[in-house]
Amino acid sequence: MDLSFSKEDLDFRQDVVDFLDNNYPDDIKERQDKRLPLDKEQNIRWQKILSNQGWFAVNWPEEYSGTPELTLTQKYILQNVLAEYNTPVQLPFGVGMCGPVIYTFGTDKQKEQHLPSILNSDVWWCQGYSEPGSGSDLASLKMRADKEGDHYLINGSKTWTTLAQHADWIFCLVRTETTSIKQEGISFLLVDMKTPGIEVQPIITVDGSHEVNMVFFDNVEVSCENLIGEEGQGWNIAKFLLQHERSGIAGISSLKRELSRLRDLSATTIVDDGNLLDDPSFRAKIEQTEIELTATEFTELRTLAAMSSGGSPGAEASILKIKGTELQQTISELFVEMLGYYAHPFFTENELGSNESIGPEYAGPVMPLYLNRRKVSIYGGSNEIQRNVISKAILGL
Amino acid sequence: MDFTFNDEQSLIRDQVEQFIQRDYDWETRQSFISSDLGFSADNWKTFAELGWLGISLSEESGGFGGTAIDTMIVMEEFGKGLVLEPFLETVVMSSGLIDMAGSPEQKKDILSEVVEGRMQLALAYAEPQSRFNLSDVMTEAKKEGDNFVLNGFKSVVMNGPNAHQIIVSARTSGDQRDEKGISLFIVDAKSSGLSLRDYQTVDNRRASELTLESVTVPTSSLIGELNQGLKVLESSIDRSILAISAEAVGAMEVLYKTTVEYTKTREQFGTPIGKFQVLQHRMVDMFMEYEQCKSLLYMATMKHDESSPDAKKAISGLKYQVGNASKFIGQQAVQLHGGMGVTDELNVGHYFKRLTTIGTIFGNSDHHLKRYTAI
Repeated sequence: MDLSFSKEDLDFRQDVVDFLDNNYPDDIKERQDKRLPLDKEQNIRWQKILSNQGWFAVNWPEEYSGTPELTLTQKYILQNVLAEYNTPVQLPFGVGMCGPVIYTFGTDKQKEQHLPSILNSDVWWCQGYSEPGSGSDLASLKMRADKEGDHYLINGSKTWTTLAQHADWIFCLVRTETTSIKQEGISFLLVDMKTPGIEVQPIITVDGSHEVNMVFFDNVEVSCENLIGEEGQGWNIAKFLLQHERSGIAGISSLKRELSRLRDLSATTIVDDGNLLDDPSFRAKIEQTEIELTATEFTELRTLAAMSSGGSPGAEASILKIKGTELQQTISELFVEMLGYYAHPFFTENELGSNESIGPEYAGPVMPLYLNRRKVSIYGGSNEIQRNVISKAILGL
Repeated sequence: MDFTFNDEQSLIRDQVEQFIQRDYDWETRQSFISSDLGFSADNWKTFAELGWLGISLSEESGGFGGTAIDTMIVMEEFGKGLVLEPFLETVVMSSGLIDMAGSPEQKKDILSEVVEGRMQLALAYAEPQSRFNLSDVMTEAKKEGDNFVLNGFKSVVMNGPNAHQIIVSARTSGDQRDEKGISLFIVDAKSSGLSLRDYQTVDNRRASELTLESVTVPTSSLIGELNQGLKVLESSIDRSILAISAEAVGAMEVLYKTTVEYTKTREQFGTPIGKFQVLQHRMVDMFMEYEQCKSLLYMATMKHDESSPDAKKAISGLKYQVGNASKFIGQQAVQLHGGMGVTDELNVGHYFKRLTTIGTIFGNSDHHLKRYTAI
């Protein structure tokens, strides 16, 4: 057991720092520092910058990413430095989710068609899982894909589809068969969003933003060549993918940056003749959060270490999902608390970009983030479902 | 000891309850948000006609001599309907303060207008550096001849955009955080040198940043005694804490009941999700938090009306509990509604947002725990 970095690791760290000093675009940095959302072009441009350096699809095998895989320690260093520079959080749908599914379960033709465009961020993917009647009970999904000759005919709807308004393709769980065991009739299908019969309808959330959507499918024709794996194998692929989603969901390095920002800003927040960081009750909350965050960071590192020596992320990934999302919520809540009354003035994303802020300079996006983060304990398998997974799979209850 | 409402009080409660059910349906309410005022002028007129605007004012001020219990009854029902009309700001916070300490002329000029529904008020007590400390006042008022000249800045003035008159706390002597030396002034919102930057708050209400640049008011604008404003301000805020806590309790009741109903109808894994024990216990906790708040609300309101020596402490205890319960019930109502809970379309998110601001307004739980300890 050893926590120290080797000389090679420290050199790698310096490489990342040098790279970011020279390649992190000013316009993206400015949006990020103001906590304003990026537009589609900015997201794609940043992903391409990382991709050209070989630091985008870091979890892909070299065979598909075309660059040597980093060691666990290097990935850890990369993540942390990217977070220290407050670079954009990677959108997971292509590189983190669909890519691994395709290189694990796809045909050679599918790999050829999709992996390069995911790697280059030329195609924007979204995820078609939840349906209005199927949330936590995902396997009850009803969207039908009926085989008709060489294509499927899709009818139904998907919901909570993140950034579907930007997407070129969607990967879907569909029902190809009505079986007594509902998991067995599910298949995994890739669909071009330009196919006739698809309609995207925005859902506005409590923070006033348009991030998620309903996607309706009305007699949408999809070639059978877009099926991943076999018919009826969709649920196993989904389980594989949920574990990938969970192991990346904690976002520990960004949280470390957020917490240190909270600490710095609370020291500038005046309370009587002192500051908020010196207030014992607020200070205690910051320190408690830091301890919990450190514990979660090392739980993640232990899980990743087990994976790199051949294990697969199992139910342990659920611990990271629960703890990571709870920390995201706690930290956003402490920002609101820090602001006091100045958390209340409310502006939409567009107004925030063009208006002078009310109160401290950082105030504008604080409340929207708090509200938006209520979703993280709901999506990707709600935290109640994650606890069920742990209780069944680890505790054997 | 008696926890029942008398006949008159029951009548008011039924009247407000009926109004919420009949005239304050969700779609109508949502349409007020985007209007110029941010609430309904017709509703305000109705409030005046029904006598609600004078409910907590003394009879000599043209009111109906109501108590904090009467205000509590109205505010609890308003909380259930998530009422946008600025009753708290105009009636409880501001009129209550003038009723308590104002001169006969001030009462005559302002309170009769309020009771008739013709005037809106705001109370500007917070400053960017003051957080929840009412005696941290940098805004200055200097006596010049027969006038006072005000200079300074007030933050997040609730109902600022619609107020005709704004009550401003200003320092007339002493240092920034001295308890002595604060005075209260009534300032016409159209005064020269007074400027407002208006905005919407996260709970879909309205507020302003207020700048005062050499705003000149006559000495008759002083409310109560010179340098003795803090006491008056503090007791007005205490009454307002009782009122906003009643609003919170009303909102909590709607949220826990809505959540229980939802989990009875939402099916996953072939059964209503309300059948899952982990969710049942969560909802039991929501229910208990609501009941505990209601108990403290009743206790503190009665102590206030009886001028009990520990009323202040009881009020801080209440606000501490309300802050914690608002957060828990709001967050869990969203969580148990799943994705639907975070949509703008469903009312749950809106109740959650109002409970979030109530947790902060007049001081958050940390602040009131400290005050509770200190008293």
